[in-house]
Amino acid sequence: MAQALIEHLDPGAILLGVRAASDREVIELLAERLFALGYVRESYGEAVLAREASLPTGLPLGADGNVAVPHTDPEHVLKAGIAFASLAEPVEFANMENPEEKLKVRLVFLMALNDKDKQIELLQEIAGTIQSPELIAALGQAKSTQDVLQLLR
Amino acid sequence: MNKQKTVLFACGTGIATSTVVAHAVEDALKERGIRINTRQCKATEVASNIDDVDLVVSTAQLPKDLGKPSITTLAFLTGIGKTDVLDQIEAALRD
Repeated sequence: MAQALIEHLDPGAILLGVRAASDREVIELLAERLFALGYVRESYGEAVLAREASLPTGLPLGADGNVAVPHTDPEHVLKAGIAFASLAEPVEFANMENPEEKLKVRLVFLMALNDKDKQIELLQEIAGTIQSPELIAALGQAKSTQDVLQLLR
Repeated sequence: MNKQKTVLFACGTGIATSTVVAHAVEDALKERGIRINTRQCKATEVASNIDDVDLVVSTAQLPKDLGKPSITTLAFLTGIGKTDVLDQIEAALRD
């Protein structure tokens, strides 16, 4: 179903039931994984945080089951990859369409992309994924990396 | 038959998100029998790209007082309220 998403989601960058105090902490955790796995330059994490501050990526899905898709410019990316986190307790991200509004986010897809067409394809698949409330609920409760990949298949 | 209208799609960087939304809107309007021309740009650069545009659809906050109809929506990413927003877009284009 979400073929490109599965291909780019590195099992080593899937963190489940994460306890984080802020959007910054989640982004740093996931960015560290992408860096350790060779997807991004060291500058990537800070670049994502800077972009998030001016162009936030929180997507409202209702209640506290919201999703965020942080990302940044291609020059910080070495090869295309995606990191994913589900949070034990939601953290606040600003709403993409209204930065003054904070959303309680439970699922985070951190995208490291350096190819425009790939970025469009992946964003389309993420949009397709989050348009299914059942899938969002199941991803929030996934207990293993295998569960996550199975759900997206 | 009215002249084909032009919709400017905007997002943070004017690249990926606006493409996803433009495709979704173009397809959905085609099903309603409406064909549109699409353009894309950054939300912050809408004012300088708006001259021959009939409607702006953005996923990111737009500057105020654009002088053209505009809709800011995430419905084509989240799926929530999609039909309502399509109705609004259709109404704006039929004017």
